Amino acid sequence: MLGNEAIARGLYEAGVKLVSSYPGTPSTEITEFAAKYDEIYCEWAPNEKVAAEVAFGASLRGIRSACAMKHVGLNVAADPLFTLSYTGVTGGMVLFVADDPAMHSSQNEQDSRHYAIAAKVPMLEPADSAEAKDFVKEAYRISEEYDTPVIIRMCTRIAHSQSSVELCGREELPLPEYEKNPQKYIMAPANAIKRHPFVEERTEKLTALGETSPLNRIEKGGDEIGIICSGTCYQYVKEVFGDSVSVLKLGIINPLPVDLIKNFASGVKKLYVIEELDPIIETHLNNIGVKCTGKEMFSILGEFNQNTIRRAFGIPVPDNSSTDNPVPVRPPVMCAGCPHRGLFYTLAKHKITALGDIGCYTLGSAAPLFALDSTLCMGASVSGLHGFNKAGGKESEKRTVCVIGDSTFMHSGITGLVNIAYNASNSTVIILDNSITGMTGHQQNPTTGYNIKGEPAAAVNLEKLCRSIGIERVRVVDPYNLKECEDAIIEELAVEAPSVIISRRPCMLLKYVKAKPPVTVNEDKCVGCKMCMKIGCPAISIKNKKAHIDFTQCVGCDVCTQMCKVNAIEKGER
Amino acid sequence: MDTKNIMIVGVGGQGSLLASKLLGSLLTDEGFDVKVSEVHGMSQRGGSVVTYVRFGDRVYSPVISEGEADVIVSFEKIEAARHLACLKKDGKIIVNTQEIDPMPVITGAAEYPSDIIDEIKSKGVFVDDIDALELAKQAGNAKSVNIVLMGRVAKYFDIPYEKWIAAIEKIVKPQFVEVNKKAFDLGYNV
Repeated sequence: MLGNEAIARGLYEAGVKLVSSYPGTPSTEITEFAAKYDEIYCEWAPNEKVAAEVAFGASLRGIRSACAMKHVGLNVAADPLFTLSYTGVTGGMVLFVADDPAMHSSQNEQDSRHYAIAAKVPMLEPADSAEAKDFVKEAYRISEEYDTPVIIRMCTRIAHSQSSVELCGREELPLPEYEKNPQKYIMAPANAIKRHPFVEERTEKLTALGETSPLNRIEKGGDEIGIICSGTCYQYVKEVFGDSVSVLKLGIINPLPVDLIKNFASGVKKLYVIEELDPIIETHLNNIGVKCTGKEMFSILGEFNQNTIRRAFGIPVPDNSSTDNPVPVRPPVMCAGCPHRGLFYTLAKHKITALGDIGCYTLGSAAPLFALDSTLCMGASVSGLHGFNKAGGKESEKRTVCVIGDSTFMHSGITGLVNIAYNASNSTVIILDNSITGMTGHQQNPTTGYNIKGEPAAAVNLEKLCRSIGIERVRVVDPYNLKECEDAIIEELAVEAPSVIISRRPCMLLKYVKAKPPVTVNEDKCVGCKMCMKIGCPAISIKNKKAHIDFTQCVGCDVCTQMCKVNAIEKGER
Repeated sequence: MDTKNIMIVGVGGQGSLLASKLLGSLLTDEGFDVKVSEVHGMSQRGGSVVTYVRFGDRVYSPVISEGEADVIVSFEKIEAARHLACLKKDGKIIVNTQEIDPMPVITGAAEYPSDIIDEIKSKGVFVDDIDALELAKQAGNAKSVNIVLMGRVAKYFDIPYEKWIAAIEKIVKPQFVEVNKKAFDLGYNV
């Protein structure tokens, strides 16, 4: 079972009744799998802050709730989290946060453990799928017993690895009577001042829990070497050392125990801390006066594997072969028929500065389009464009746009657009509406007209939304039509008013989108000018100095046909 | 039993996730402790993808590092070379000879290496190269390349043929079972 599927199973078994999340690799499948259980109400929320607050509301009303997100999602949900730490919970509440060391699919490598420390909430970290499921149940117990939200930290190698899990039944919990409790839940200063000491006392109690909890365990293996670790690092340590060293495996990674660590340290001659990303455990050891070796041997960057540990300890790594000649890199690319391509080509052709956002369309930054100038975080393209134009003045307004996907616009683009309208910014915002949340693997969102279960749902009308915000110039283009894209972009950049261009065409990978017959190159007409190569379509290559179109990839979008000056690309026939 | 390591490498969209699911299910049913590790998200968009399958009495790490793979199954020719460093000294590599141009080749910034399989063989590595795309077409669906290659993998492990077929029936959608059984046989009997 995938780690994320095991989490979903844990939610089911723990009697959780509500899950609200925003998709984000590597956390997405938690909510997708949870949605397969009829007993759990699941939804996609527009962003992580909304999702966490929905989960809070459910907890306030007395049921067990959850919310899953990627590491950067916790930045968005941080606002409710920090005060939820003060209010505590009624029904158990657990946040699932998936870190992405090595940035397989993320814009940074932040370590979520800092949030648990800063918000003063307990954090658990499982090391495989079986633990993932068990830890969920323990997390709800801790949440209710200690009156606190709990974070379960995942990482790519736990979330997206499969290992065996034993299934149990579901714990059915009745809906309790609602009891109003303003001292606990209204965090105005007078109440919050009284809750803060509670938080500090709770941390002391949770530290005591960590001293004896079976989630923190010592595996004895001699008194020479002791290693403190958690999560995947535990697996790498066991892979390399087996039972030949002593290991303190931490399942509760905030708050960290004190006596347990001191006792473990006193039983070994040399103590190491092995942790990916930041030296959190190591810093704790320094604070409690326990000598150890950590980041002087291991990097803060990226993810580890068993060879990382072998090398650090001077253990030979297995022999291997490699090629002498470098192999061309294979970066991810926009798919053949991707609706973003035509629009990005138009931006590139006119050398327009484009502030980008988070989604598949980040791939437009790569060769040969090089269409983007920035990618920061969800929604930053829209707000950033306004700042860019205020700084650059008219010159900048006439040659700068931002691009943001439909789901990302719902997540946190709207407020940026409100700012553009409110502060009369002559900015041109392009919404790339491909009718789905693409990069994370096709999740529905408030614009698509369907909910997480694929049932019909209310759909936000982007045109009406933009107009109601105060943007008078709103137009829709088909990104497969290069002339239409070009006209719209040139006209809207020229106008001295805020404007929105909606580039609308569903993602080619959606099941309901039917491909047209592949186009073919008439080799007699093709002059090998490579104009068609400028759009960076993976289906087009040059073979024997003529363009060649891979029929297995081509979906007949016809963007390349419009590029060809000699009409050598011909529409296919069924 | 020592842990055995299989790596599946290829290009996003070639169906390596289904192949790893098949292996995971088969090996679990055989009573092994199994770990399968994959990466979702950005790399699926035509990028280089890697899946690790590890099985034995007790498997700890979910990933395979340099010099550890007993078998690498490469769904595409140059991907075999890219991940060669993970192969054990006496490991085997199964290569689909299909070529998929990566973007630097498409844009002309790099050339597709022409003699990559010979180069790997010249290192003394055991290479089993097959045209899985052609066999998949023969089976009736070009997308069954993944199962053709699983048929080939089956030759190198001591698990009865019937068990593989049962795993296909369990994992593959009913309407595709026949095509995939045919694809498996074609890979198995090359």
